[in-house]
Amino acid sequence: MNAIRSSWKNIRRSPYQAIGAIFIMTLTFLAVSIFTFILLGSSRVISYFESKPQVTAFFKDEATNAQIDSLKKDVETTGKVSSTKFVSKEQALKIYREQNKNDPLLLDLVTADILPASLEVSTEKIADLAEISSAIQKSPIVQEVIYQKDVVATLSSWTSALRKLGVAVIVILSLVSVFIMITIIGIKISQKRQDIEIMKLIGANNWYIRWPFIFEGIFYGLLGALVGWVVSVGALFYATPTLSSFLRGIPVFPVSPVFLLALLLVEFVLASLLGALSSYLAVLRYLK
Amino acid sequence: MIIFENVSKKFGTGAALSDISFLVDKGEFVFLVGPTGSGKTTVLRLITRELFPTQGKVIVNNWDVIKLPHSKIPELRKKIGVIFQDLKLLADRTIFENTALPLDVAGLEPEQIEKRVEEILKQVGIFEHKDKFPSQLSGGELQRVAIARALALSPEIILADEPTGNLDPATSWEIVKVLSDINEQGTTVVMATHNADIIKSLSKRVLELSQGNLVKDSKTKHKAKDKEENKEEKEEEKQ
Repeated sequence: MNAIRSSWKNIRRSPYQAIGAIFIMTLTFLAVSIFTFILLGSSRVISYFESKPQVTAFFKDEATNAQIDSLKKDVETTGKVSSTKFVSKEQALKIYREQNKNDPLLLDLVTADILPASLEVSTEKIADLAEISSAIQKSPIVQEVIYQKDVVATLSSWTSALRKLGVAVIVILSLVSVFIMITIIGIKISQKRQDIEIMKLIGANNWYIRWPFIFEGIFYGLLGALVGWVVSVGALFYATPTLSSFLRGIPVFPVSPVFLLALLLVEFVLASLLGALSSYLAVLRYLK
Repeated sequence: MIIFENVSKKFGTGAALSDISFLVDKGEFVFLVGPTGSGKTTVLRLITRELFPTQGKVIVNNWDVIKLPHSKIPELRKKIGVIFQDLKLLADRTIFENTALPLDVAGLEPEQIEKRVEEILKQVGIFEHKDKFPSQLSGGELQRVAIARALALSPEIILADEPTGNLDPATSWEIVKVLSDINEQGTTVVMATHNADIIKSLSKRVLELSQGNLVKDSKTKHKAKDKEENKEEKEEEKQ
């Protein structure tokens, strides 16, 4: 208890050093939170696409209903297809109107003629998409085929790159915070050298002298993590409307509060460890 | 209680103490005298293991101080109350906090600490200053704080390094009075000083150092006189 009181006194009496230490910790945990959100979001997007293996074939304008029906039958007889759905030009326009109902300018410009009719083919397995896709592609009435395999592959490679980048940024920032904290705690130890000397002469053991510094490090870590978390969650809520309309239909949001609290808890544990480790290293280095 | 056996201490090439032997019994009051640089402070610092002798043996409280493992040093120091020449008070702590430091170091509960500090500050007569900082007190008052801190853990030995160094005669006497009261309660006191008046009028054992040598130990002389002196002292007190 007394050790905590002395650390609090130490913190209050050198506010600039304290702010420096808290800032670097904030930066580290801001990065941890943001990369966690990005990875969570992208994994949700990927699993959304993976759960809906689908090929969409857009027809040329001259395609007749009979031709489309025969293609549909051909596809269904392969046995790999779970469902097919024809979307006419009118239906496409309806969907388009629904998606852009807030933007009258876009609504005025588009008529059913411009939009192609399409056939959405869902398969049981994502592996079958390629085969179905190339089969449909051969049909003369098909203008273009798109399917999620490309989307998933692109997203996966982005996610894996982001994960690597995230890990690198977090590792570098953690190292930087450890070094900065060692320096700050080291300065504090130097400033208190005389007091420490006196305490030792009076019979203080090493841990009596070390604990206040260790608590100080933990305090900086915890406060930094809290500020980083609050800022990142604030940014997440602020960006939610924009991101939701950008990701239209893909269920990334809302992020559950339980997840956010769990993240805070994990960050608190990491921050305490990081703070305690830095202080301990400083104490070993400067208190012999 | 304190035994020095052929103790020498060298700093670089110069000798601070050469081949010193003496024994201080439990409950004794001993003056350590000699000019500046004669080795008084070195003797005190050897007792607390702040320094390590170059040669010889130092025994305090039946502990061989030289062989004491590092982890036991705090324990040794808790048994010895030291009034440092430069006081070594913590400038950013109040008088109360300074006095409480050894008790806190020893791991006492806050209530116990408060009770003991109050008691000890009243004993040395500076209770009314308990919430002030060292910079707000006079030399004599600070000296009392240093004494209060040294007494806090009721140590068996008190080492006082020139506690009257910068004080006027009246204040010096008050300080010496406090120390001899403590001594009468059974605490061993070793006081380094070069205040001749105090040494003469108290007629306690004197260890005189000169250039690192123990040139005089009044114990043998005093032993014969001790009983008579004690009688005289008691009579004086009665009067």
